[in-house]
Amino acid sequence: MEPIEVVWRDEWGRLLALLVAQTRRLDLAEDALADAFERAARSWPDAGMPDNPPAWLMTAAKRRVLDRLRAEAVAAKKQPLLAVEEVKRLEGLGRDTPLVPRGTRPAGSDDLLRLVLLAAHPALSQEAGAALTLRLVLGVSTADIARLFLVPEPTMAARLTRARKKVVAAGVPLAIPDDEVLPQRLETVARVAYLAFTAGYAPGSGEGVLRAELSGEAIRLVHLVRATGRAAADNSALQALLALMLLQHARRDARVGADGSLVLLPEQDRSTWHRDEIDEGMALLGELVGTRGVTLESALAAEYVLQALIAAEHARATSAADTDWLTIADYYRQLEDLTGSPVVRLNRAVAVAEAGDLTGALGLLDGLEEALPHSHRLPAVRAELLARAGRHTEAVAAFDLAIERCANARERQQLAARRNRVAT
Amino acid sequence: MTKYLVLLAGSEGEWENADPADRERWHRAHVTFGREVGAAILGGEALDGTDTATTLRRRGGSVELTDGPYAETAEYLGGFYLLEAADLDQVVKWCALLPEIYSIEIRPCIQIEGMTD
Repeated sequence: MEPIEVVWRDEWGRLLALLVAQTRRLDLAEDALADAFERAARSWPDAGMPDNPPAWLMTAAKRRVLDRLRAEAVAAKKQPLLAVEEVKRLEGLGRDTPLVPRGTRPAGSDDLLRLVLLAAHPALSQEAGAALTLRLVLGVSTADIARLFLVPEPTMAARLTRARKKVVAAGVPLAIPDDEVLPQRLETVARVAYLAFTAGYAPGSGEGVLRAELSGEAIRLVHLVRATGRAAADNSALQALLALMLLQHARRDARVGADGSLVLLPEQDRSTWHRDEIDEGMALLGELVGTRGVTLESALAAEYVLQALIAAEHARATSAADTDWLTIADYYRQLEDLTGSPVVRLNRAVAVAEAGDLTGALGLLDGLEEALPHSHRLPAVRAELLARAGRHTEAVAAFDLAIERCANARERQQLAARRNRVAT
Repeated sequence: MTKYLVLLAGSEGEWENADPADRERWHRAHVTFGREVGAAILGGEALDGTDTATTLRRRGGSVELTDGPYAETAEYLGGFYLLEAADLDQVVKWCALLPEIYSIEIRPCIQIEGMTD
């Protein structure tokens, strides 16, 4: 990575948070900081890195905001005094506020948390909140966010513009709410981060690997948020989510075959799993389960803990055959009790089948058709279970239904191949 | 400070048809809201039913009146408050005091130059 990319990665959110806090102008601050980074990219290679790059960037960005404010004052002749006062206030700030001390975590961390809570505000849709948080807090480019969510770049740019406008017009504050409200707001941050994470793993065309890398940004976001202070570090939903994402993301390299196709869990080369990340996830999970058990006060945290426990069982197994499916099936049962989700029930059926109870597994699928009328996974799982139970005619019919519903070409091929093997 | 219009929507007749204990509880919630928000309430009214509404549209120079609300929806506007607040979080915190029977829409007001208040 170029030095400036490192600074971008490490400092963008903190600098933007400070700049928004000081200028109270989200729109101007974001543009100005992007502009400052552009200037840096032009001048640093020749002039060399400044002693304190964040301070350099902050000064450049603030100057840019001042220019824009002056231009606004000229354009809106009606309130020149107000704008002039604002310019004066900012110029004063530039002189007497100590600029960002480098590398110290506590300084500006409240500002960063405020920015996170603004971007991941429950008044925005979760999709919009996820995009805005990646953009504002991590400085992820609009193009990359668009790729992550599988939409064209202009669509994502429009979505971000709409989100910024809503935040400003509706009066979403740059503030940390009361202690009663804060845990709930941090859970919204967790939901938004998880949405960004799972987006990177949604089936897309071609660029699978790159999108999994973008999923890693959600992990970086939660790390950053947890580093802002006690409230975030102690939030069980954020901790459980971090454990879950680390455990799942650790398998990213094994998911993609040499030809770029998706490699499912049983066939993955477990030696390519990132063990350090698994260990980190396990430790976070151990803290949560060890002290409080799975019955956490927060339903969201309990949900993430159960999902993380399932991922941990897979991580613990030295081979697919070695997997403790009985334990996994029990976690899925608890997860189904908690969420009532038909998708969880479908996964539970798979786990129950893997644990050896085919009849029980098929029984769990009963009644799911109504809840998942368009799912190709439901008939695909049913087909597989029927085939294993030796009920080949019914299995072939279920495969046909799955193939009819499946939108992904590669997966359709795999289903057809399996169907033909069962049919003969 | 921003002005916010807080629109209280609910099922038509829910208040009128409720048993007295519920009505009393909801009434108290409004009183508590009034006490908490105090001078930040710039205005507010409870509205009569949509069966008393008249909708006016101007088409081709003439005024057309129709009986009923401008949109037939599952939830009807039953009342409103006009508040002044520093930000959305403040409004949300206040609105949590109101009876749980409403869907509450919070809309910031735009300042229009040349309009004084």
